[in-house]
Amino acid sequence: MTALLEMRDVHARYGPVNALHGVSLTVEEGAIVAVLGANGAGKTTTLRAISNTVQRDGELRFAGKALRGGPETVARLGVAHVPEGRGTFAELTVAENLRLGAYTRRGNLKDDFARVGSYFPWLDDRRHQQAGTLSGGEQQMLALARAFMQRPRLLLLDEPSLGLAPLLVTEVFRIVKELNENEGVTVLVVEQNAHIALQLAQTAYVLEVGRVALSGPSAELQQHESVRRSYLGY
Amino acid sequence: MMELARRLPIPQRRLPASPVLLLLAAACIFLVIGSLRSALFAELTVKGVATGAVYGSLALALVLIYRATEVINFAQGEMAMATVYIAYQLMLWGLSYWSAFFLTLAIAFIFGVVTQQMFIRPVQEKSVIAVVIVTVGLFILIDGLVSWKWGADQKFMQAPFGNRNYHLGSVTIARQDVGTIAITFVTVLLLWAFFRFTKLGLGMRAGALRPAAARLVGVRTNALLAIGWGLAAVLGAVAGLMTEPAEYVLQPTLMQPVLLYAFAAAVLGGLESPGGALVGGIALGIFLNLVGQYWSFVGSVLQLPVAFATLLIILLIKPTGLFGHRTVRKV
Repeated sequence: MTALLEMRDVHARYGPVNALHGVSLTVEEGAIVAVLGANGAGKTTTLRAISNTVQRDGELRFAGKALRGGPETVARLGVAHVPEGRGTFAELTVAENLRLGAYTRRGNLKDDFARVGSYFPWLDDRRHQQAGTLSGGEQQMLALARAFMQRPRLLLLDEPSLGLAPLLVTEVFRIVKELNENEGVTVLVVEQNAHIALQLAQTAYVLEVGRVALSGPSAELQQHESVRRSYLGY
Repeated sequence: MMELARRLPIPQRRLPASPVLLLLAAACIFLVIGSLRSALFAELTVKGVATGAVYGSLALALVLIYRATEVINFAQGEMAMATVYIAYQLMLWGLSYWSAFFLTLAIAFIFGVVTQQMFIRPVQEKSVIAVVIVTVGLFILIDGLVSWKWGADQKFMQAPFGNRNYHLGSVTIARQDVGTIAITFVTVLLLWAFFRFTKLGLGMRAGALRPAAARLVGVRTNALLAIGWGLAAVLGAVAGLMTEPAEYVLQPTLMQPVLLYAFAAAVLGGLESPGGALVGGIALGIFLNLVGQYWSFVGSVLQLPVAFATLLIILLIKPTGLFGHRTVRKV
């Protein structure tokens, strides 16, 4: 396996406030990687550094090339970023949200709509509904569907479990796994719910105040004393 | 009761604006009955629709930019006026009216794009006030440039629709008014289709609603903003070119009263609502025409104060304008 995304000593800041103090991480092609950590540890900022929506420096490479340009350029390289709050266009319809997902692509989307329908059958009936009227869980599914329409190589997910009932969380992660296995999408997921994230991911990084505190295969981290105490609660 | 309430379908789009729709329906019925009973009333109504359509299209230009940039472009009227001078110049060079018309629209588009890139983009990130002040500066700049190039005296242009009239029974309708209504409606329809059905239009709507999220899906918001300014300039040019024959003469102040009415129309419709701007414009046009005729104390001098007094009353009752709305958003 080769590295799809490499971050080396990446710093990021919001105005005068430093949020990342030299984060390095690697995402192998085809893998699912989780980034864990408490509130304010820099998880969201890590994703923002990748899509370049925060002031950053350090080395970032995507598919062997230096990652440059604004978020629209990063999206065009094949990075789908589902941001905090899911990035739903609440005022637009479900179908329009999906079409926006495919904004970077050319050609006919009929096939894509059909495939999205196979993962999210209920979306079809809701196509003309305003996206803001969907429930939280449905909006999270819509965000995944929108990202899928982009046919990304790398999917960045920011706290997909946030605000969802446990059953829905399981459902969301099941679909993420399917997209990874069936479509070959590499996934970098940021989560507070360490339990489910470690089940999904092969590799995980634990952030603490803007630094990587721990990293390794999920199975190892699950056994790790401090991870268990801080994030898994046993 | 609770059980029943839970089973009721959730409204899918907007919260219903039904009192407003009822009011508009009542106004339409009033206009139809009035027009059937009096030829003068009918003529005034048609004339009002024509002038109102012009206010509406300039108002629509304001709304387009307001939605995308969240500022009122105070130079919108002067940009429109300048494009009319361009049409005037093209005709002086021997182009026919309609070839000058369409060429002017193309030039207006480029004019809008360049204006945004040169003057607005550098201050866009600074503050809303900075952008507003730049648009005020543009107002003065364009006014000065036009007066310097073409002079502030009155110019005469060819009338696009001639001076003929149509007769429907005892009602006389100017061809000019019919033409104005047709042109503005076709323009608005094309624009609507562009936003509704094309990918670029979808990207522009997304960029206006949530710029950060739009950029994440790959929408080049900066380029699309410039295109938005271009489209607004085209709308303004249509408004300007339709104003000129109604005023009979071309001078640098051509669009200043129209801009005021367009402000009123945009606010009346709810600044966020394109449809509202158009309806607001037409309502204002008809209202002013009828009031000017039937309320003798208003005449033509008090039209503007009366328009703004009415606007004030409507906004006191409905601060978001007729079609301003809050969208349903669950988190």
